[in-house]
Amino acid sequence: MDKEATRKGFGKALVELGELNDKVVALSADLTESTSCKEFKEKYPDRYMEMGVAEQNSIGVAAGLSFTGYIPFVTSFAVFMPNRCLDQIRVSVAYNNANVKIVASHAGLVTGHDGATHQALEDISIMRSIPNMTVVVPCDFTEAVKATKTIAYREGPCYLRLMREKTPKITDENTRFDVGVANVMRDGEDITIIACGEMVSAALEAAERLQEENISVAVVNMHTIKPIDKECILGYAEKTKAIVTAEDHQVNGGLGSAVSEVVSSENPIVVKRVGVQDRFGQSGTAEELMKEYNITVEDIINEVRNAISAAKK
Amino acid sequence: MDKVENIEKLKSISKEIRLSIMSMLHEAKSGHSGGSLGMTDVFTTLFFNVMNHNPEDPKWEDRDHFILSNGHICPVLYSTLAEAGYFSKDELKTLRKFGSRLQGHPSRTDFDLVETSTGPLGQGILVAAGMAKGLKMQNKNNKIFVSSSDGEHQEGATWETLMFAAKHNLDNLIVFIDRNQIQIGGNTEDIMEMESLADKLRAFNWNVIEADGHNYEEILKAFNQAKENKGKPTTIIFKTTIGKGVSFMEGDYEWHGKAPNDEEYQKAVEEINNG
Repeated sequence: MDKEATRKGFGKALVELGELNDKVVALSADLTESTSCKEFKEKYPDRYMEMGVAEQNSIGVAAGLSFTGYIPFVTSFAVFMPNRCLDQIRVSVAYNNANVKIVASHAGLVTGHDGATHQALEDISIMRSIPNMTVVVPCDFTEAVKATKTIAYREGPCYLRLMREKTPKITDENTRFDVGVANVMRDGEDITIIACGEMVSAALEAAERLQEENISVAVVNMHTIKPIDKECILGYAEKTKAIVTAEDHQVNGGLGSAVSEVVSSENPIVVKRVGVQDRFGQSGTAEELMKEYNITVEDIINEVRNAISAAKK
Repeated sequence: MDKVENIEKLKSISKEIRLSIMSMLHEAKSGHSGGSLGMTDVFTTLFFNVMNHNPEDPKWEDRDHFILSNGHICPVLYSTLAEAGYFSKDELKTLRKFGSRLQGHPSRTDFDLVETSTGPLGQGILVAAGMAKGLKMQNKNNKIFVSSSDGEHQEGATWETLMFAAKHNLDNLIVFIDRNQIQIGGNTEDIMEMESLADKLRAFNWNVIEADGHNYEEILKAFNQAKENKGKPTTIIFKTTIGKGVSFMEGDYEWHGKAPNDEEYQKAVEEINNG
């Protein structure tokens, strides 16, 4: 399958947005190349700001720029933004309801060799707890392009979570993307897997393999963690016996929690959560780490089986 | 609005503002008295002489912008805005109360006269620098005035912005510092030495002006110099006395975050009226 990184999708969309709208500006906390802003910088140097290693100021300045009519995309790694500048995000962006787009790359364990300090595994949890914040996690390159363009014209604060690694292209130009509306990638009758980011392709593979055992699995791409698509979750809570969530993130507070919250208050069924289980990451290849932390296709398949037996009780 | 040039007139306005501050804090039973009184002379001069703004048209496009980076001294901002005619002085009594626009720390989404929400130190200056940059990118001439505290300059984020503003030659950005040497826990020089603040700011390539924050001639001169300055952002270090105008509050860090009780309020009003 053709592969490309979601951060590259953001970079492509940013340049296109720059052409369409002269109010689009971009800021980088000294990670221009890594966050795929190089082309925008070269094409629109007057609308590009090198902020230095200063995430707090980057966020504050972005809020100020938004108050003068600009649409700022402020970029860094997901371990630094939100963490290093959370107070500025909470007050200057979210409490102000400022039209700032926070774009964080290199999220998740797949970031690999850099080790635990550089593997953002808490960012979804942090960002979805902040009022006014929209949280979007594109599943592939093409969805990242669409997500970037969509949030540019959606008034208000937004967090866009991106990956460094190339991941399979599983959507195309015709796949619909609306903030807050989940994409059903595959329908099913027995169990539902709800995934985000690169785990959506793993979920599809798991569903494919389970089909061979006559287990019918639905796969939902929950690209928007907040506002979460309750209708979709509750529809599948009704239709299928159990839900398995999958994310490259801590299960505490992440997608798994978000789905569990909806299900537990409206229609309690079994929810099994695949993701990082309250541990820090470490150095290694993406494959080694996914295996060590139990977030592979095999792990999703195992959890589907566990969910089926738990649901029978 | 029309500029008040007469210094005696400015002083009499400041008296009204100090009375409002005491009254609203007494009513609220909590809040920050010391810094609010200490900055009253600077705020009076700024809003009644220096800044271009119009209470009849608060969102006037060519207005100068004001940001209260040390959000905790919002009683002086609210009182000054009411005195300038933006809203009725009666509303000042709602400070810190449920449903009020006058939140305990300024809130942009609750009160549209607030340009950015502040409270946590090291935020207003950052946003102000972004606004200054945004206005420059659009070739606009509005100035951004920022009130900040000396303690706020202990925040690392503030220095990130100082670098940014100098790099971008934001001469439309004027940050003034309430140098009362007091922070919540005591004297700034005991808690975390800041001197020489002026040298540090000069080293960050800012235009630095020092003035007495209770001397109207000096305040006016400092702001006018700041407005004419080209090529660099400006900071004005106003030497002030916390609690200015109420003798038992003056110079006492205990009054950083306290409101007057009934007796203290009566005494404060008497002193301000006789001052």
